[in-house]
Amino acid sequence: MFYAILRRFGQMLFVMFGISVIVFLIFFATPGADPAARIAGRNASPEVLAAVRHSFGFDQPLYVQYTRMMEKIFVTGDLTSFVNRGWKVVPAVMDSIPVTLSLVFGAAVLWVVVSIIIGIVAAATRDSWLDKLLMALGLLGISMPVYWLGEVMNLMTQSRYHDSWAFSWVPPLGYKNFSDDPKGWFLTLVIPWITLAILYIGIYGRVLRAAIIESMQEDYIRTARAKGLSETRILFRHALRTSLIAFVTLFGLDFGALVGGSALLTEVVFGLHGIGKLTYDALQNLDLPMIMATVMYASMFVVIANAVVDFVYILLDPRLRAS
Amino acid sequence: MILSVRDLKVSFRTHDGPVRAIDGVSFDLEESEILGVVGESGSGKTVSLLAVMGLITDPNATIEGSIRYKGRELVGLPPRELRRLRGNEIAMIFQDPMTALTPVYTIGWQIAEQIRAHRGVSKPKAMERVEQLLAEVNFPNPHEAMSRYPHQLSGGMRQRAVIAMALSCDPALLVADEPTTALDVTVQAGILDLVRKLRAKHKSAVVFITHDMGVVSELADRVMVMYAGRVVERGTRTELFSDPRHPYTRALLGSIPPLTGEKPRRLPAIPGSPPSLLRLPEGCAFGPRCPVRYEPCEARKPGLGASAHAAACFRVAQA
Repeated sequence: MFYAILRRFGQMLFVMFGISVIVFLIFFATPGADPAARIAGRNASPEVLAAVRHSFGFDQPLYVQYTRMMEKIFVTGDLTSFVNRGWKVVPAVMDSIPVTLSLVFGAAVLWVVVSIIIGIVAAATRDSWLDKLLMALGLLGISMPVYWLGEVMNLMTQSRYHDSWAFSWVPPLGYKNFSDDPKGWFLTLVIPWITLAILYIGIYGRVLRAAIIESMQEDYIRTARAKGLSETRILFRHALRTSLIAFVTLFGLDFGALVGGSALLTEVVFGLHGIGKLTYDALQNLDLPMIMATVMYASMFVVIANAVVDFVYILLDPRLRAS
Repeated sequence: MILSVRDLKVSFRTHDGPVRAIDGVSFDLEESEILGVVGESGSGKTVSLLAVMGLITDPNATIEGSIRYKGRELVGLPPRELRRLRGNEIAMIFQDPMTALTPVYTIGWQIAEQIRAHRGVSKPKAMERVEQLLAEVNFPNPHEAMSRYPHQLSGGMRQRAVIAMALSCDPALLVADEPTTALDVTVQAGILDLVRKLRAKHKSAVVFITHDMGVVSELADRVMVMYAGRVVERGTRTELFSDPRHPYTRALLGSIPPLTGEKPRRLPAIPGSPPSLLRLPEGCAFGPRCPVRYEPCEARKPGLGASAHAAACFRVAQA
C-alpha cells in the first residue's frame, strides 16, 4: 500500500515535470514569440527592449529561467505575473481553486446520483416507453452545448422569469465563499451545477444502461436466477456492481479534466472566477507564469483523480487485487 | 414421482420464422433417480431443462405442455411462486464454472446468499452451513475457501463450489447441464464421483445433461436420447447400451472408440449434420442421415410409444 502511494507520487512528479518543460519550451520556442517584445509593447525602442529583457531575466539561459520559475512556484511561492507586474501567481491560483472545486464537486454529485438512477430505471424497464423517453432525454442533454444552455439558464433565471415565483430565489451571478455565507454559496451554485451536470447525466445514464444490459446477459445472472433470487436483488447486487467499472473509468477522466480547468465555459457563463477562467485569461495574453502555475495544478489533479479511480477499481473488482 | 413432463413444447419467434426448439418431450423422474439426457448441440436438451427451471426469460419464447413437480403444475406458475422453488427445491448446476459465478463476490457470500434467500437464517448461521457444504464437496480447506473469489479457484474447484451452492437448500431435484464438459478428464472423474456420492446422501433426483456417452454409461439409471427437439429413444442404462434400437443411438454408440481389441483406423462418424430447426423435414428428423430409412420415414414423424424402453422409429415398430 505504502509502495503504491509512493509510486503514484513519483508518477505525479514525472508528469508535472514533463508538462512544465513542454509548456516552458512552447512559450519560448513558438516562432515569432519574443516575450520581451510583447511585454514592452508596440513601438518600443531597442533600449527599452533590452531593459525589459534584462529585468525579466530573458537574457539568462533557458534552463536557468526554468529552474528559477519552478523555484518561485514551489519553494518561495512569489512568482509574479509577466502581464500585471506585482500580481502574485500562486495566491491567485489558490483563490480560484475553491471556486472550481465547488462547481465541479457539486455537479459531479448531481450527475453521478441522477445518472445512476436513470441508468438503472432504463435498464430495468428496457424497451418500454419509459426507457425510450429517458434515453431520448439523455441524448438531448448530450446535444446541448454547455455555453448555450448556460446562457438560456441565465436568461430564464436572471432576467426573463427572475421575478416569477420559480426563480426569485436565484441570487445574482458570482461566487460566494462557503465559509462566509453557506446559503449564498449553495444558491449561487445550484444553476451552474445543473447546467454542468446535464451533459454528463446524459452520457453516464446511457453508458450505465448499456453496461447493465450487457451484464444481464452474463452466465452468472442465469445462476443468480437459478438460485431463486428476486429480480431486484439480481439487478442491484449482481448486474449493477459489475457494470459500475465502466462508469468509474469515465468518471475519473471527466472529473480530473473538469477540476483541471475544463469547466471553463460554465465558469465564464456564470461569472465564476475559477481555474478555467484563470487559465483562459492567462492564455489570452500569454502570461507564462500564470499558465505554468495553472497547468501544474491541473496535471496534479489529473494524476490524483487517476489514482482515486484505480483505488475504486480495486474496491469494485477483486480480480484486480492480486498483483 | 418427483417430476413429470408431458408433451412439452418450446418455440421461439425469430426473424426467419418460428423455431420449435422442443417438440413434444415427455419424461418422468422418480425420487433419487439419475436420468441422463444425451444429444448433440441444438438437440434441445438444455432448453427443455431450462423450461423446467422456469429460466427461459426470452420474451419471444412460448412454452406449452405440462411440467409437474411433486404433482404441482409449473407451467404458468407466477414468477414469485417459481422463485420459491428455484434454488430451494429445484437447483441447477451449469456448464461453465468459469462464468457461472459472479466475479465480484466471494464464494462463501454467494452460497450464503442462496441459503438466506430461502431460509430465514442469520448470516453467521448461513456461513456455518456454507463451510459444511464446502467440506462435503471435498474442499481441502473449507474455511479458507469461503473467502476466496471465483478467479482465485481452479475450474474444478469452481464447479465444486457451484455444486455446493446447488445443494445448499437440499433440493429434491438437481439439474446438471453438462457440468463436466468444461473440465479436464481427471477433474471430470472427481465431479462424477461427487454427484454419485451426493445423490446417495441427499436423496436428490438428478437430471444429467451431457453429450458424452461415456459419462452416461457411468452415472445414469435411465437414459433419454434427444434429436432435433424430440426424444428418439429412452430406456434404462443397461437396455440402452446393450440393446440400442434407434439408428441414431446406435450411431452414437458406434462412434465411441473401443477400449480393448483392435482400434478402427477411422472412427465411424454419422454422415451429414443435424437439421436446421427452421427447416425440419416433413417426416423423421433423422431420416436424411439414417442408414435404414424407407418410405414411411419421409411421410410422417415416428412416435415414441408408451413402453419403458422405446424408440421413435418405424423400423423398430416393424421388428
